[in-house]
Amino acid sequence: MSNSQPIEVLFFASLCEQTGRDSATLDASLAATVADVWQQLCPTLDMPVNTLMAVNQINAKADSAVAGGDEVAFFPPVTGG
Amino acid sequence: MESPNTPYTLAIVNLSNQELLRYSRHTMLPQFGIKAQEKLKNARVLVLGAGGLGSPAALFLASAGVGTIVLADGDTVELSNLQRQVLHGESDISRAKVDSAADSLRAINSDIQVETINARLDGEALSTAAASADVVVDCSDNFATRFAVNAACVASRTPLVSAAAIRGEGQITVFDSRDAASPCYRCLYAEAEAGQENCSTQGVLAPLVGVMGSLQALEAVKILSGNAAAVGRLLLFDAWNTQWREIRLSRDPACPVCAPPTP
Repeated sequence: MSNSQPIEVLFFASLCEQTGRDSATLDASLAATVADVWQQLCPTLDMPVNTLMAVNQINAKADSAVAGGDEVAFFPPVTGG
Repeated sequence: MESPNTPYTLAIVNLSNQELLRYSRHTMLPQFGIKAQEKLKNARVLVLGAGGLGSPAALFLASAGVGTIVLADGDTVELSNLQRQVLHGESDISRAKVDSAADSLRAINSDIQVETINARLDGEALSTAAASADVVVDCSDNFATRFAVNAACVASRTPLVSAAAIRGEGQITVFDSRDAASPCYRCLYAEAEAGQENCSTQGVLAPLVGVMGSLQALEAVKILSGNAAAVGRLLLFDAWNTQWREIRLSRDPACPVCAPPTP
């Protein structure tokens, strides 16, 4: 993927309310990992414990690498039944 | 003249004429047939939790003809449960949930066996119950139970249909430890950091648990009937926006539960 393309970021369900948005784009030069993406877009909000993360629809971790053109998505943890 | 209960073809079909009629909308499906219905009849499914998810899950497993349903829940029915826990009615308030649930399931299908455990299963009892089941359906409401259920299913290689719902969001996936490539619940969530949210503090939209619990029954029926289930795929539902997303899951090679021990 070219670093000239931005990173596309999605926030799902209640994370939209917590972050105030459902999607964003981020200059790829500003983030090397999934955690960097969150930090850049939500600098005043700690990522909720056990937030699920995906890069290009594949399960990822906070230290997973990201690059320009990637889609990074954040999903809230769900435990209720 | 055959009586209505005489088996249709004794040597081949293990279903009575009444059962053949009852399940005819299953058996006419090319993916199902009589053989799959017999598999359901011979199956034993453990349902953990008789609440929001467990209600539709157990109701559909019963109506679909799963031969033995084991229900485990240690709670009693409260008025605030009735908004979404459709196994229970007003006259069941203060009864054990498993007793109320068993009555509802038997009313739908008197051919099946319903076993009840009036407790939150853990430890050896959970391990034994999971190992004796063909499929475990996790309808519990907390991380601690979910991790324990997962460990028991990995140890006994029992397929686990896992779903959760809170607020307006739900998720479902299938973990199948019979498949060496299948992830487990612990690959997905970190135990040590587990937070605690439940419907009593966060709220939950009533039909959402119907959607997710019904999907659990669907996946369980597919596993039991020999059809492919959603292994390695986490489906996430945003009820407010009626939007589904899917992420592919893979095994965590460092998972403390399902990864093989390093020498």
